[in-house]
Order: sequence, then C-alpha cells, then structure tokens
Amino acid sequence: MTDALRRTPLYERHCALGARMVPFAGWEMPVQYKGVTQEHAAVRTAVGLFDVSHMGELYFEGPGAAACLDSLVTNDIAKLAPGRAVYTVCCNERGTILDDLIVYRLSETRFLVVCNASNRDKMQAHFASQVRGRCTFTDRSDETALLALQGPKAASVVRELGGDPVLTSLTRMGVAQTTLAGISLIAARTGYTGEDGYEVFCALSDAGTLWDRLLEAGKKHSIEPIGLGARDTLRLESRLSLYGHEIDETTNPLEAGLGWVVKLDKGDFLGRAALLAAKAQPATRKLVGFEMVGRGIARQGYPIVDGIDGKGAPVGVVTSGSPGLHIGKNIGLGYVPPKLSALGTSIGIEIRGKVIEARVCATPFYKRST
Amino acid sequence: MANHPADRRYTKDHEWARREGDLVRVGITSFAVEQLGDVTLVDLPSKGTKVKAGGHFGDIESVKAVSELFAPASGEVVEVNATLEKNPELVNESPYDKGFMIVLKLESSAELDKLFDAAAYAAFLGSLEH
Repeated sequence: MTDALRRTPLYERHCALGARMVPFAGWEMPVQYKGVTQEHAAVRTAVGLFDVSHMGELYFEGPGAAACLDSLVTNDIAKLAPGRAVYTVCCNERGTILDDLIVYRLSETRFLVVCNASNRDKMQAHFASQVRGRCTFTDRSDETALLALQGPKAASVVRELGGDPVLTSLTRMGVAQTTLAGISLIAARTGYTGEDGYEVFCALSDAGTLWDRLLEAGKKHSIEPIGLGARDTLRLESRLSLYGHEIDETTNPLEAGLGWVVKLDKGDFLGRAALLAAKAQPATRKLVGFEMVGRGIARQGYPIVDGIDGKGAPVGVVTSGSPGLHIGKNIGLGYVPPKLSALGTSIGIEIRGKVIEARVCATPFYKRST
Repeated sequence: MANHPADRRYTKDHEWARREGDLVRVGITSFAVEQLGDVTLVDLPSKGTKVKAGGHFGDIESVKAVSELFAPASGEVVEVNATLEKNPELVNESPYDKGFMIVLKLESSAELDKLFDAAAYAAFLGSLEH
C-alpha cells in the first residue's frame, strides 16, 4: 500500500526538516513540521512555505479554449482577462460539484486549471472526454511542482530574492510567466490561507532549488515550512471550502454559499439547467459558519441538532471543525435547514453523545486587516 | 526514541500508570503526544467515576484529531488534572508530569503488573515502526 504513494520532488527536504509524512490523496505529504499551532501562527503573522505539488495542473489551449472552459465551469471565463485568475466550481449535469478549481488565464488562448489532488484522475478523465472545439486539453500535473508562499511577509520574501518586476507588481488574483531566483516559472498572487501570498508553478527539477532559496530568503522574516495540518486550519478560519468536506457530488454550489461563482446568465454550461431549477426552489439546507459556545470541538460528520436541550432531532451535519487557532475560538462549518441559518441562531452539535451549544456566526471567521 | 521513565508502567494504547501507594497516576506517553500533535482539548471524567481496566475514560483532541483515553487499571477517579481544561498544551510540554490526566484509587495492583515496563514499552514502540 505505502509503496504506491507518490512523492513530490521535495520529499527528502520535508523529512530532513522533521516533517511527519502522511498519506494524502495518494501522496506522501508533510502534515506538520514543528506543529500545527506554530505553523498556523507563522502564516498569520509572518510567512510560510507550502509544498502543494500534489495538486493537479490541467491546461486548456487553443483559440477555442475560453469557450470550451466556459461550457464546463460555472464562473465566467470569457470575462477573465489574460493575466488574471478566478475561483470556480465544475458541476455535473445534476448541478452538483465535481471539483472546485482556480482557472488562470495565462494568455488569450492559454489556461491553467488547478484541481484538487483527490480529484485529479476524475477531472482529467472528465475534461478529456468533454473537451470540444479548437482546444486541446493536457494534464501536466506530473511535470509540475507547486509551492505556496503565504503570509503578510510573502511579498518581502519575494523582493528579497530580487523578484522580477512582473512578479512583484502582481496584484491579488494576478498571474504571470516570470522568473524567481533565476528559475523560469508561473507565479500567481493566489492562495488558500486568507493571507496575501503567491503560488508558484515550476518544473519538478527546479522545485528543490526554489524551495531552498525561498526558505533562505525568508529567514529574516521568520519563515516556516507549513504542512497540510495548518493548511486546513488556515483555510477553515478563512471559510474556504474543502472538497470532500463542504462540497462534493451531493452538494450544489448554491447551498454551499458559492452562488457568487455561478454565472447563470453567461450562456450554457454543464449543470446550468439543474442549477436554474435548484434556484427556483426554496433551499433545503444552507452551509453556515458557527462558533462553539460550550466546551468542545466540532468535527466532520458530527450531527447538528435543533436546540441545545438534548431533545432536538438531528437536522444537519458538520462539514469541518477545528480550533480557530488565530481567533482563539473553536469554529466549524456545517449544513443546517434555512430556518436555523440566521446569524446568532443557537444550534446543538452532538459531540460523542453530548449536545454542546454552538452559535451561527458571520464568516470568514478571520479576515486579514489589509 | 525518547526515554520513558522507569518508575511506571505502560499500555499498548500509550497510556502510562505510576503507582503511588494504593493510587495510580495516569497520563499519556511522549510517543502518544508526538502522534497527536498540539493538544487542544482534554475531556476527563469527574471525580468519583468508576473505570475499568482497558475501558474508555475520556478523550483527547489535537487540532486535527480525536483520540480515546483508556484506563490502565480499574478503580475510582479520585483526582482530575483540572489545569488541562485551561492549559491543554501541558500535555505536549510535560506528558509525564504536569500533563497527567487522572489519579485512580486502585481496585487491585495485579492489573498494573500485566502492563509493559519502560524497556518493554520501548521495544513495543520499536515493533510499531515496521
């Protein structure tokens, strides 16, 4: 079993840094180095470096690439300017979510689509079977490493390396082909932490050098390598969905709070008819953020019950939960009936047979100040 | 592998038990702590609770996971480490001392004799690595 796990080009570096390696989506990945709490704090207050080379890198290229992508994802790709990126979901014909993606428009005719590692094979097969018109589809995941540099000091670290002006002038959701530390790469001002930062795509053979140079340049800014553990607590505090938790093939983007990435008036796309129908019906459930009032930590799969007297029936389910390490409260996301979704509503979380009070609260739980 | 104090016994579930007269102090090992990561919540029974050897007596949560705590011996809970409610990180910082979980009044010392001593526990951990 374990010998089937894939390793990124940085595997030896993670081990040398003392990472605990765990299986994740078919990969052997660092879950933590010094500890989730410390790593979470490093990203919120300084800067952290992530190896996320397990993610999938899928390319749509050709004069028909924009139209092709527009027929497959919910957000408006035609409107996306070259050099910009957008978050979207990709639905099936039932309007439920196959994956969530970042689409980077590298040029008029060239798109990089980043998908979850856990969905890479599925999305590769889906896109390969759906690609139409003057567009070629290529899965370049196996030749691409992806590093994420995240935190308020991320831009300082890039400047430290004498970053190309193209790179340093990137604005939020901008993307460019550029160089960093002498390495040719694609850099984007995107991320999954709620902080400022970059995601950098490079050749597998350059990943080690890039990792070393970033850690070295980041030293004076107290950079830390960050594992998947803190990646999860960071994204949850910023209320970013995680596939397999908030969203999957049983959820549609409207109930998941992702209506803002569904552009029903942009023209036809896979799942549009089902989403139009869903929108015409009253919602049956809604994804909400909550903070624990009683002592306890909600976890994925725990029932949400109506009321806190222990007599309420299960009405929903927790999709993610953990300590909010920066905000200092135990937080979670979960699906509840619309009548329980108003801010301030008291709900019960059933934790090992006991009902503990939680309160529906505004999200994101954490928002950076600048 | 870290040193495990020789003055106590160990379970295969990575609890330790230190005899103090007819009482036994219970905590989790440094190995368990390493596996858990940063401890964020410890759910312990109240004083007076009767526990059975091998029985579930509480839960310990790290940022990412929940683990069950199992009693190394049968007895009655006579002390609970109340400081863990406010300072669960003591389990990480001091698993063999300040981060203990409970103290039990033993029903019989025979149960403790069946547990690993420090050397046997170290050997047991060695066997887990393969």
